[in-house]
Amino acid sequence: MDTQPPIHVSLRGVTRVYDSRLGRTHALGPIDIDLRRGEFFAVVGPSGCGKSTLLDVIAALAPASSGVVTFEGRPIGDTVPDGVGVVFQENASFPWLNVADNITFGLRRQPLDRAEIGRRLQYALQLMGLQDFAQAFPSQLSGGMRQRVCIARTLVMQPRLILLDEPFGALDQQTRLLMGDELLRIWRATGATVLLITHALDEAAMLADRVAVMSARPGRILEVIETGWPRERDSQVVSVPEFGAITARLWTLLRAQSMQALRPESV
Amino acid sequence: MRIVLYRLLAVLLPLALLEILCRDRVITPLTLPAPSRILLGLWTMMANGTFNAAILKTLTNVSLAFVLSVAAGIAAGAAIHRAPLLRALLEPLFSTYYAIPIYAFYPLFIVVFGLGDAPQVLIGFMLAVVSMIVSTLAGLDSVPAVLGKTARVLQLSPVETIRSVTLPYAAPYLFTGVKLAVAYAFIGVIGAEFIMSGTGLGYEIRFAYDNLDNGVMYPLILLILLVAVAVNMSLDHWERALRARRGRG
Repeated sequence: MDTQPPIHVSLRGVTRVYDSRLGRTHALGPIDIDLRRGEFFAVVGPSGCGKSTLLDVIAALAPASSGVVTFEGRPIGDTVPDGVGVVFQENASFPWLNVADNITFGLRRQPLDRAEIGRRLQYALQLMGLQDFAQAFPSQLSGGMRQRVCIARTLVMQPRLILLDEPFGALDQQTRLLMGDELLRIWRATGATVLLITHALDEAAMLADRVAVMSARPGRILEVIETGWPRERDSQVVSVPEFGAITARLWTLLRAQSMQALRPESV
Repeated sequence: MRIVLYRLLAVLLPLALLEILCRDRVITPLTLPAPSRILLGLWTMMANGTFNAAILKTLTNVSLAFVLSVAAGIAAGAAIHRAPLLRALLEPLFSTYYAIPIYAFYPLFIVVFGLGDAPQVLIGFMLAVVSMIVSTLAGLDSVPAVLGKTARVLQLSPVETIRSVTLPYAAPYLFTGVKLAVAYAFIGVIGAEFIMSGTGLGYEIRFAYDNLDNGVMYPLILLILLVAVAVNMSLDHWERALRARRGRG
Protein backbone atom coordinates (compact mmCIF):
# COMPACT_ATOMS: atom_id res chain seq x y z
CA MET A 1 0.00 0.00 0.00
CA ASP A 2 1.40 3.39 -0.95
CA THR A 3 -1.06 5.57 0.92
CA GLN A 4 -1.92 5.25 4.59
CA PRO A 5 -5.50 3.93 4.92
CA PRO A 6 -7.94 6.29 6.65
CA ILE A 7 -8.51 6.19 10.39
CA HIS A 8 -11.45 3.94 11.26
CA VAL A 9 -11.52 4.16 15.05
CA SER A 10 -9.87 6.82 17.13
CA LEU A 11 -9.48 7.19 20.88
CA ARG A 12 -8.37 10.47 22.42
CA GLY A 13 -7.68 10.74 26.13
CA VAL A 14 -10.04 7.90 26.91
CA THR A 15 -10.25 6.85 30.56
CA ARG A 16 -12.62 4.72 32.55
CA VAL A 17 -13.08 5.13 36.27
CA TYR A 18 -15.88 3.36 38.06
CA ASP A 19 -17.19 2.97 41.57
CA SER A 20 -17.87 -0.40 43.09
CA ARG A 21 -18.24 -1.83 46.57
CA LEU A 22 -14.44 -1.96 46.75
CA GLY A 23 -14.22 1.75 46.15
CA ARG A 24 -13.17 3.78 43.15
CA THR A 25 -11.26 1.93 40.44
CA HIS A 26 -9.22 3.67 37.78
CA ALA A 27 -9.40 0.89 35.21
CA LEU A 28 -8.17 2.50 32.05
CA GLY A 29 -6.21 5.24 30.42
CA PRO A 30 -5.73 7.85 29.37
CA ILE A 31 -5.50 6.11 26.02
CA ASP A 32 -4.83 7.55 22.57
CA ILE A 33 -4.85 5.13 19.65
CA ASP A 34 -5.99 5.09 16.05
CA LEU A 35 -7.10 1.97 14.22
CA ARG A 36 -6.66 2.17 10.46
CA ARG A 37 -9.46 0.96 8.26
CA GLY A 38 -8.99 -2.71 7.43
CA GLU A 39 -6.08 -3.41 9.73
CA PHE A 40 -5.72 -6.25 12.19
CA PHE A 41 -4.90 -4.65 15.52
CA ALA A 42 -4.12 -6.64 18.65
CA VAL A 43 -3.93 -5.46 22.25
CA VAL A 44 -1.93 -7.44 24.79
CA GLY A 45 -1.48 -6.72 28.46
CA PRO A 46 -1.16 -8.29 31.89
CA SER A 47 -4.30 -9.71 33.46
CA GLY A 48 -6.54 -7.08 34.98
CA CYS A 49 -4.98 -4.24 33.00
CA GLY A 50 -8.28 -3.13 31.50
CA LYS A 51 -7.99 -4.77 28.05
CA SER A 52 -11.59 -5.89 28.11
CA THR A 53 -12.66 -2.52 29.50
CA LEU A 54 -10.99 -0.91 26.49
CA LEU A 55 -13.04 -3.11 24.18
CA ASP A 56 -16.24 -2.37 26.08
CA VAL A 57 -15.61 1.36 25.79
CA ILE A 58 -14.96 1.15 22.03
CA ALA A 59 -18.13 -0.93 21.58
CA ALA A 60 -20.15 1.53 23.73
CA LEU A 61 -20.91 -1.32 26.13
CA ALA A 62 -19.33 0.76 28.90
CA PRO A 63 -19.11 4.56 28.99
CA ALA A 64 -15.76 6.32 28.90
CA SER A 65 -15.26 8.53 31.95
CA SER A 66 -13.41 11.09 29.89
CA GLY A 67 -12.08 11.41 26.38
CA VAL A 68 -13.68 10.71 23.02
CA VAL A 69 -14.07 7.55 20.97
CA THR A 70 -14.93 8.08 17.33
CA PHE A 71 -15.99 5.37 14.90
CA GLU A 72 -16.03 6.28 11.21
CA GLY A 73 -15.64 9.90 12.13
CA ARG A 74 -18.58 10.08 14.53
CA PRO A 75 -18.29 10.05 18.32
CA ILE A 76 -19.95 6.96 19.75
CA GLY A 77 -22.95 7.38 22.03
CA ASP A 78 -24.37 5.00 24.59
CA THR A 79 -25.59 2.36 22.15
CA VAL A 80 -23.45 0.01 20.09
CA PRO A 81 -22.93 1.72 16.71
CA ASP A 82 -24.12 0.15 13.45
CA GLY A 83 -21.35 -1.82 11.80
CA VAL A 84 -19.70 -3.00 15.00
CA GLY A 85 -19.61 -6.69 15.88
CA VAL A 86 -18.28 -8.19 19.10
CA VAL A 87 -17.19 -11.72 19.95
CA PHE A 88 -16.70 -12.46 23.65
CA GLN A 89 -14.57 -14.99 25.48
CA GLU A 90 -17.52 -16.55 27.27
CA ASN A 91 -19.94 -18.81 25.50
CA ALA A 92 -22.55 -16.36 24.19
CA SER A 93 -24.50 -18.82 22.07
CA PHE A 94 -28.23 -19.10 22.73
CA PRO A 95 -28.84 -22.63 24.10
CA TRP A 96 -32.50 -22.73 23.04
CA LEU A 97 -31.72 -22.09 19.37
CA ASN A 98 -30.00 -24.38 16.89
CA VAL A 99 -26.86 -23.25 15.08
CA ALA A 100 -28.70 -21.80 12.09
CA ASP A 101 -31.12 -19.83 14.28
CA ASN A 102 -28.26 -18.66 16.49
CA ILE A 103 -26.40 -17.32 13.47
CA THR A 104 -29.42 -15.54 11.98
CA PHE A 105 -30.67 -14.20 15.33
CA GLY A 106 -29.57 -10.63 14.59
CA LEU A 107 -30.37 -10.83 10.87
CA ARG A 108 -33.99 -11.77 11.52
CA ARG A 109 -34.41 -8.47 13.31
CA GLN A 110 -33.23 -6.51 10.29
CA PRO A 111 -35.36 -5.46 7.33
CA LEU A 112 -33.97 -8.22 5.10
CA ASP A 113 -35.82 -10.69 2.89
CA ARG A 114 -35.56 -14.39 3.58
CA ALA A 115 -33.45 -15.11 0.54
CA GLU A 116 -30.79 -12.66 1.70
CA ILE A 117 -30.85 -14.11 5.23
CA GLY A 118 -30.48 -17.60 3.78
CA ARG A 119 -27.64 -16.50 1.52
CA ARG A 120 -25.72 -14.91 4.39
CA LEU A 121 -26.38 -17.94 6.61
CA GLN A 122 -24.99 -20.32 4.00
CA TYR A 123 -21.95 -18.13 3.52
CA ALA A 124 -21.24 -17.99 7.27
CA LEU A 125 -21.85 -21.72 7.76
CA GLN A 126 -19.41 -22.46 4.98
CA LEU A 127 -16.81 -19.90 6.08
CA MET A 128 -16.84 -21.26 9.65
CA GLY A 129 -17.03 -24.94 8.65
CA LEU A 130 -20.42 -25.37 10.29
CA GLN A 131 -22.37 -26.75 7.30
CA ASP A 132 -22.98 -30.11 8.95
CA PHE A 133 -24.08 -28.57 12.24
CA ALA A 134 -26.77 -26.12 11.15
CA GLN A 135 -29.47 -28.09 12.99
CA ALA A 136 -27.35 -28.93 16.06
CA PHE A 137 -27.85 -27.21 19.40
CA PRO A 138 -24.94 -25.45 21.17
CA SER A 139 -24.92 -28.02 23.99
CA GLN A 140 -24.05 -30.67 21.40
CA LEU A 141 -20.97 -28.75 20.22
CA SER A 142 -17.45 -28.37 21.57
CA GLY A 143 -16.24 -25.05 22.96
CA GLY A 144 -14.41 -24.29 19.71
CA MET A 145 -17.47 -25.00 17.61
CA ARG A 146 -19.65 -22.85 19.85
CA GLN A 147 -17.21 -19.99 19.42
CA ARG A 148 -17.42 -20.46 15.65
CA VAL A 149 -21.19 -20.08 15.98
CA CYS A 150 -20.71 -16.79 17.83
CA ILE A 151 -18.22 -15.56 15.22
CA ALA A 152 -20.61 -16.57 12.45
CA ARG A 153 -23.46 -14.72 14.19
CA THR A 154 -21.26 -11.62 14.20
CA LEU A 155 -20.11 -12.03 10.59
CA VAL A 156 -23.59 -12.30 9.05
CA MET A 157 -24.28 -8.77 10.30
CA GLN A 158 -21.45 -7.70 7.98
CA PRO A 159 -19.66 -5.55 10.57
CA ARG A 160 -17.04 -3.10 9.41
CA LEU A 161 -15.35 -3.28 12.80
CA ILE A 162 -14.99 -6.63 14.56
CA LEU A 163 -14.02 -6.55 18.24
CA LEU A 164 -12.76 -9.81 19.70
CA ASP A 165 -12.44 -10.11 23.48
CA GLU A 166 -10.11 -13.08 24.06
CA PRO A 167 -12.29 -15.16 21.75
CA PHE A 168 -10.02 -18.21 22.01
CA GLY A 169 -9.24 -17.85 25.70
CA ALA A 170 -11.27 -20.90 26.67
CA LEU A 171 -9.92 -23.13 23.89
CA ASP A 172 -7.01 -25.55 23.80
CA GLN A 173 -3.74 -24.58 22.11
CA GLN A 174 -4.19 -26.49 18.82
CA THR A 175 -7.70 -25.17 18.41
CA ARG A 176 -6.41 -21.67 19.10
CA LEU A 177 -3.85 -21.88 16.31
CA LEU A 178 -6.40 -23.20 13.84
CA MET A 179 -8.96 -20.57 14.87
CA GLY A 180 -6.23 -17.98 14.39
CA ASP A 181 -5.84 -19.08 10.78
CA GLU A 182 -9.59 -18.89 10.31
CA LEU A 183 -9.63 -15.44 11.80
CA LEU A 184 -7.02 -14.32 9.26
CA ARG A 185 -9.12 -15.78 6.45
CA ILE A 186 -12.22 -14.02 7.72
CA TRP A 187 -10.36 -10.76 8.08
CA ARG A 188 -9.15 -10.95 4.49
CA ALA A 189 -12.54 -12.12 3.17
CA THR A 190 -14.55 -9.38 4.87
CA GLY A 191 -12.08 -6.49 4.69
CA ALA A 192 -13.23 -5.47 8.16
CA THR A 193 -11.08 -3.76 10.74
CA VAL A 194 -10.28 -6.23 13.51
CA LEU A 195 -9.41 -5.43 17.12
CA LEU A 196 -8.24 -8.49 19.02
CA ILE A 197 -7.87 -8.40 22.79
CA THR A 198 -5.68 -11.24 24.01
CA HIS A 199 -3.32 -12.22 26.78
CA ALA A 200 -1.43 -14.56 24.44
CA LEU A 201 1.66 -12.87 23.00
CA ASP A 202 2.16 -15.46 20.27
CA GLU A 203 -1.43 -15.05 19.16
CA ALA A 204 -1.05 -11.28 18.89
CA ALA A 205 2.35 -11.54 17.17
CA MET A 206 1.07 -14.10 14.68
CA LEU A 207 -2.23 -12.48 13.75
CA ALA A 208 -1.90 -8.72 13.93
CA ASP A 209 -0.52 -5.99 11.70
CA ARG A 210 0.14 -3.97 14.83
CA VAL A 211 0.25 -4.99 18.46
CA ALA A 212 -0.36 -2.52 21.29
CA VAL A 213 1.15 -3.42 24.64
CA MET A 214 -0.78 -2.23 27.66
CA SER A 215 0.56 -1.41 31.10
CA ALA A 216 -0.69 -2.82 34.38
CA ARG A 217 -3.79 -1.07 35.77
CA PRO A 218 -4.71 1.63 35.03
CA GLY A 219 -4.08 0.32 31.51
CA ARG A 220 -2.22 2.64 29.17
CA ILE A 221 -0.63 1.94 25.80
CA LEU A 222 3.12 1.45 26.36
CA GLU A 223 4.09 0.85 22.79
CA VAL A 224 2.61 -0.13 19.45
CA ILE A 225 4.70 -2.64 17.49
CA GLU A 226 4.38 -3.15 13.73
CA THR A 227 4.73 -6.81 12.81
CA GLY A 228 5.19 -6.19 9.07
CA TRP A 229 3.47 -9.40 8.00
CA PRO A 230 2.06 -9.59 4.48
CA ARG A 231 -1.73 -9.61 4.22
CA GLU A 232 -1.61 -13.18 2.96
CA ARG A 233 -0.35 -15.03 6.01
CA ASP A 234 -1.19 -17.86 8.33
CA SER A 235 -0.02 -19.58 11.51
CA GLN A 236 3.14 -20.70 9.67
CA VAL A 237 4.66 -17.30 10.54
CA VAL A 238 5.45 -18.80 13.94
CA SER A 239 8.42 -20.51 12.27
CA VAL A 240 10.09 -17.40 10.77
CA PRO A 241 12.84 -15.67 12.80
CA GLU A 242 11.02 -12.31 12.89
CA PHE A 243 8.18 -13.96 14.82
CA GLY A 244 10.62 -14.85 17.61
CA ALA A 245 11.99 -11.32 17.63
CA ILE A 246 8.50 -9.75 17.83
CA THR A 247 7.39 -12.10 20.58
CA ALA A 248 10.60 -11.45 22.52
CA ARG A 249 10.08 -7.67 22.18
CA LEU A 250 6.48 -8.00 23.40
CA TRP A 251 7.55 -10.13 26.34
CA THR A 252 10.29 -7.71 27.39
CA LEU A 253 7.68 -4.93 27.52
CA LEU A 254 5.12 -7.08 29.27
CA ARG A 255 7.33 -8.84 31.76
CA ALA A 256 7.79 -5.88 34.07
CA GLN A 257 4.08 -5.04 33.80
CA SER A 258 2.98 -8.59 34.51
CA MET A 259 5.18 -8.79 37.57
CA GLN A 260 3.67 -5.54 38.78
CA ALA A 261 0.19 -6.92 38.17
CA LEU A 262 1.03 -10.02 40.19
CA ARG A 263 2.01 -8.03 43.25
CA PRO A 264 -0.75 -8.31 45.83
CA GLU A 265 -1.06 -4.60 46.55
CA SER A 266 -2.04 -3.85 42.97
CA VAL A 267 -5.15 -6.01 43.26
CA MET B 1 -39.98 -49.30 28.17
CA ARG B 2 -39.48 -51.73 31.05
CA ILE B 3 -39.55 -48.80 33.48
CA VAL B 4 -43.04 -47.88 32.25
CA LEU B 5 -44.18 -51.39 33.07
CA TYR B 6 -42.71 -51.17 36.56
CA ARG B 7 -44.38 -47.82 37.14
CA LEU B 8 -47.68 -49.25 36.04
CA LEU B 9 -47.22 -52.20 38.39
CA ALA B 10 -46.32 -49.88 41.26
CA VAL B 11 -49.75 -48.30 40.86
CA LEU B 12 -51.78 -51.37 39.92
CA LEU B 13 -50.50 -53.86 42.51
CA PRO B 14 -51.50 -51.79 45.57
CA LEU B 15 -54.81 -51.10 43.85
CA ALA B 16 -55.38 -54.80 43.32
CA LEU B 17 -54.55 -55.47 46.96
CA LEU B 18 -56.95 -52.74 48.02
CA GLU B 19 -59.64 -54.24 45.79
CA ILE B 20 -59.20 -57.65 47.46
CA LEU B 21 -59.23 -56.17 50.97
CA CYS B 22 -62.41 -54.20 50.24
CA ARG B 23 -64.23 -57.10 48.62
CA ASP B 24 -63.34 -59.36 51.58
CA ARG B 25 -64.77 -56.74 53.89
CA VAL B 26 -61.45 -56.36 55.71
CA ILE B 27 -62.01 -52.69 54.84
CA THR B 28 -65.68 -51.85 55.23
CA PRO B 29 -67.53 -49.92 52.47
CA LEU B 30 -68.21 -47.21 55.03
CA THR B 31 -64.46 -46.57 55.22
CA LEU B 32 -63.56 -47.15 51.59
CA PRO B 33 -65.53 -48.69 48.75
CA ALA B 34 -63.64 -51.04 46.45
CA PRO B 35 -61.55 -49.15 43.81
CA SER B 36 -63.59 -50.72 41.04
CA ARG B 37 -66.78 -49.35 42.58
CA ILE B 38 -65.23 -45.89 42.88
CA LEU B 39 -64.23 -45.99 39.22
CA LEU B 40 -67.69 -47.19 38.25
CA GLY B 41 -69.22 -44.44 40.36
CA LEU B 42 -67.07 -41.84 38.59
CA TRP B 43 -68.06 -43.27 35.23
CA THR B 44 -71.77 -43.04 36.03
CA MET B 45 -71.32 -39.57 37.43
CA MET B 46 -69.57 -38.33 34.30
CA ALA B 47 -72.08 -40.06 32.02
CA ASN B 48 -75.01 -38.46 33.85
CA GLY B 49 -73.28 -35.08 34.07
CA THR B 50 -74.36 -34.74 37.70
CA PHE B 51 -71.40 -32.61 38.70
CA ASN B 52 -70.60 -30.91 35.41
CA ALA B 53 -71.38 -27.49 36.85
CA ALA B 54 -69.14 -28.07 39.85
CA ILE B 55 -66.32 -29.42 37.69
CA LEU B 56 -66.56 -26.48 35.33
CA LYS B 57 -66.60 -24.03 38.24
CA THR B 58 -63.53 -25.53 39.88
CA LEU B 59 -61.52 -25.85 36.69
CA THR B 60 -62.40 -22.30 35.69
CA ASN B 61 -61.29 -20.93 39.05
CA VAL B 62 -58.10 -23.03 39.04
CA SER B 63 -57.28 -21.83 35.52
CA LEU B 64 -57.93 -18.23 36.52
CA ALA B 65 -55.71 -18.50 39.60
CA PHE B 66 -53.04 -20.25 37.55
CA VAL B 67 -52.98 -17.82 34.62
CA LEU B 68 -53.07 -14.77 36.88
CA SER B 69 -50.28 -16.08 39.11
CA VAL B 70 -48.01 -16.99 36.19
CA ALA B 71 -48.52 -13.64 34.47
CA ALA B 72 -48.20 -11.60 37.67
CA GLY B 73 -45.34 -13.79 38.94
CA ILE B 74 -43.21 -13.35 35.84
CA ALA B 75 -43.92 -9.61 35.67
CA ALA B 76 -43.23 -9.10 39.38
CA GLY B 77 -40.14 -11.34 39.25
CA ALA B 78 -38.72 -9.38 36.33
CA ALA B 79 -39.45 -6.07 38.08
CA ILE B 80 -37.94 -7.19 41.39
CA HIS B 81 -34.88 -8.51 39.54
CA ARG B 82 -34.23 -5.00 38.25
CA ALA B 83 -34.60 -3.38 41.69
CA PRO B 84 -31.89 -4.74 44.03
CA LEU B 85 -33.13 -2.73 46.99
CA LEU B 86 -36.70 -3.99 46.66
CA ARG B 87 -35.32 -7.48 46.27
CA ALA B 88 -33.24 -7.26 49.45
CA LEU B 89 -36.42 -6.16 51.18
CA LEU B 90 -38.70 -8.87 49.80
CA GLU B 91 -36.50 -11.93 49.51
CA PRO B 92 -36.60 -12.89 53.22
CA LEU B 93 -40.39 -12.55 53.04
CA PHE B 94 -40.56 -14.95 50.10
CA SER B 95 -38.61 -17.58 51.99
CA THR B 96 -40.99 -17.46 54.95
CA TYR B 97 -44.09 -17.01 52.81
CA TYR B 98 -45.06 -20.66 52.70
CA ALA B 99 -44.85 -20.91 56.47
CA ILE B 100 -47.92 -18.67 56.62
CA PRO B 101 -51.26 -20.52 56.57
CA ILE B 102 -52.96 -18.40 53.95
CA TYR B 103 -56.29 -20.09 54.65
CA ALA B 104 -56.33 -18.23 57.95
CA PHE B 105 -57.13 -15.11 55.91
CA TYR B 106 -59.94 -16.78 54.01
CA PRO B 107 -62.74 -15.42 56.24
CA LEU B 108 -61.31 -11.95 55.73
CA PHE B 109 -61.33 -12.43 51.94
CA ILE B 110 -64.97 -13.46 52.11
CA VAL B 111 -65.80 -10.37 54.14
CA VAL B 112 -64.01 -8.20 51.60
CA PHE B 113 -64.93 -9.95 48.34
CA GLY B 114 -68.17 -11.71 49.24
CA LEU B 115 -69.11 -15.36 48.79
CA GLY B 116 -68.44 -15.43 45.02
CA ASP B 117 -65.51 -16.95 43.21
CA ALA B 118 -63.09 -14.13 43.99
CA PRO B 119 -61.92 -15.35 47.44
CA GLN B 120 -61.19 -18.84 46.07
CA VAL B 121 -59.30 -17.54 43.06
CA LEU B 122 -57.43 -15.18 45.35
CA ILE B 123 -56.33 -18.02 47.66
CA GLY B 124 -55.12 -20.06 44.67
CA PHE B 125 -53.40 -16.99 43.25
CA MET B 126 -51.71 -16.12 46.53
CA LEU B 127 -50.40 -19.65 46.98
CA ALA B 128 -49.14 -19.87 43.39
CA VAL B 129 -47.78 -16.41 42.67
CA VAL B 130 -44.83 -16.45 45.05
CA SER B 131 -43.40 -19.70 43.69
CA MET B 132 -43.64 -18.13 40.25
CA ILE B 133 -41.83 -14.99 41.44
CA VAL B 134 -39.09 -17.03 43.12
CA SER B 135 -38.61 -19.22 40.05
CA THR B 136 -38.51 -16.16 37.80
CA LEU B 137 -35.82 -14.58 39.98
CA ALA B 138 -33.77 -17.81 39.94
CA GLY B 139 -34.15 -17.98 36.18
CA LEU B 140 -33.11 -14.38 35.61
CA ASP B 141 -30.13 -14.84 37.95
CA SER B 142 -28.98 -17.73 35.79
CA VAL B 143 -28.69 -15.61 32.62
CA PRO B 144 -24.98 -14.96 31.93
CA ALA B 145 -23.96 -11.29 31.64
CA VAL B 146 -22.44 -11.99 28.24
CA LEU B 147 -25.90 -12.66 26.77
CA GLY B 148 -27.00 -9.21 27.88
CA LYS B 149 -23.94 -7.74 26.16
CA THR B 150 -24.69 -9.77 23.05
CA ALA B 151 -28.23 -8.40 22.98
CA ARG B 152 -26.84 -4.86 23.15
CA VAL B 153 -24.38 -5.56 20.34
CA LEU B 154 -27.28 -6.85 18.25
CA GLN B 155 -29.12 -3.60 19.11
CA LEU B 156 -32.09 -5.20 20.83
CA SER B 157 -34.40 -2.93 22.80
CA PRO B 158 -34.79 -3.71 26.53
CA VAL B 159 -38.22 -5.27 25.92
CA GLU B 160 -36.90 -7.32 23.00
CA THR B 161 -33.96 -8.43 25.15
CA ILE B 162 -36.30 -9.75 27.82
CA ARG B 163 -38.59 -11.42 25.29
CA SER B 164 -35.98 -12.89 22.95
CA VAL B 165 -32.97 -13.52 25.18
CA THR B 166 -33.64 -13.40 28.91
CA LEU B 167 -36.94 -15.29 29.11
CA PRO B 168 -35.95 -18.05 26.67
CA TYR B 169 -32.71 -18.57 28.59
CA ALA B 170 -34.58 -18.69 31.89
CA ALA B 171 -37.34 -20.93 30.48
CA PRO B 172 -36.39 -24.14 32.35
CA TYR B 173 -36.54 -22.25 35.66
CA LEU B 174 -39.82 -20.60 34.70
CA PHE B 175 -41.17 -24.00 33.90
CA THR B 176 -40.48 -25.18 37.42
CA GLY B 177 -42.49 -22.17 38.61
CA VAL B 178 -45.31 -22.99 36.22
CA LYS B 179 -45.53 -26.56 37.49
CA LEU B 180 -45.64 -25.38 41.09
CA ALA B 181 -48.21 -22.73 40.17
CA VAL B 182 -50.54 -25.39 38.75
CA ALA B 183 -50.25 -27.46 41.89
CA TYR B 184 -50.76 -24.48 44.20
CA ALA B 185 -53.70 -23.20 42.17
CA PHE B 186 -55.41 -26.57 42.59
CA ILE B 187 -54.62 -26.74 46.30
CA GLY B 188 -55.75 -23.16 46.87
CA VAL B 189 -59.02 -23.28 44.99
CA ILE B 190 -60.18 -26.74 46.06
CA GLY B 191 -59.10 -26.11 49.64
CA ALA B 192 -61.10 -22.87 49.72
CA GLU B 193 -64.13 -24.65 48.30
CA PHE B 194 -63.83 -27.16 51.13
CA ILE B 195 -63.85 -24.56 53.85
CA MET B 196 -66.47 -22.04 52.83
CA SER B 197 -68.21 -22.15 49.52
CA GLY B 198 -71.46 -23.17 47.89
CA THR B 199 -70.09 -24.63 44.66
CA GLY B 200 -67.19 -26.48 43.15
CA LEU B 201 -65.65 -29.92 43.54
CA GLY B 202 -64.25 -29.17 47.00
CA TYR B 203 -67.71 -28.16 48.18
CA GLU B 204 -69.32 -31.28 46.67
CA ILE B 205 -66.77 -33.55 48.34
CA ARG B 206 -67.36 -31.88 51.66
CA PHE B 207 -71.13 -32.05 51.20
CA ALA B 208 -70.90 -35.79 50.45
CA TYR B 209 -68.65 -36.25 53.44
CA ASP B 210 -71.11 -34.51 55.76
CA ASN B 211 -73.84 -36.85 54.49
CA LEU B 212 -71.71 -40.01 54.68
CA ASP B 213 -72.24 -40.32 50.92
CA ASN B 214 -69.21 -42.43 49.99
CA GLY B 215 -70.72 -43.19 46.60
CA VAL B 216 -70.17 -39.53 45.66
CA MET B 217 -67.21 -38.54 47.82
CA TYR B 218 -64.69 -41.11 46.59
CA PRO B 219 -65.41 -40.81 42.87
CA LEU B 220 -64.98 -37.03 43.18
CA ILE B 221 -61.68 -37.47 45.01
CA LEU B 222 -60.58 -39.84 42.25
CA LEU B 223 -61.60 -37.25 39.66
CA ILE B 224 -59.43 -34.58 41.27
CA LEU B 225 -56.57 -37.06 41.47
CA LEU B 226 -56.90 -37.95 37.79
CA VAL B 227 -57.09 -34.32 36.68
CA ALA B 228 -54.01 -33.38 38.73
CA VAL B 229 -52.02 -36.34 37.43
CA ALA B 230 -53.06 -35.63 33.83
CA VAL B 231 -52.12 -31.95 34.06
CA ASN B 232 -48.80 -32.76 35.68
CA MET B 233 -47.96 -35.46 33.17
CA SER B 234 -48.67 -33.20 30.22
CA LEU B 235 -46.51 -30.49 31.79
CA ASP B 236 -43.73 -33.03 32.29
CA HIS B 237 -44.02 -34.06 28.70
CA TRP B 238 -43.85 -30.44 27.58
CA GLU B 239 -40.84 -29.83 29.82
CA ARG B 240 -39.01 -32.83 28.41
CA ALA B 241 -39.65 -31.56 24.90
CA LEU B 242 -38.27 -28.17 25.94
CA ARG B 243 -35.11 -29.73 27.35
CA ALA B 244 -34.68 -31.97 24.35
CA ARG B 245 -34.77 -28.89 22.14
CA ARG B 246 -31.77 -27.65 24.02
CA GLY B 247 -29.98 -30.89 23.30
CA ARG B 248 -30.24 -32.03 26.90
CA GLY B 249 -28.71 -28.76 28.25
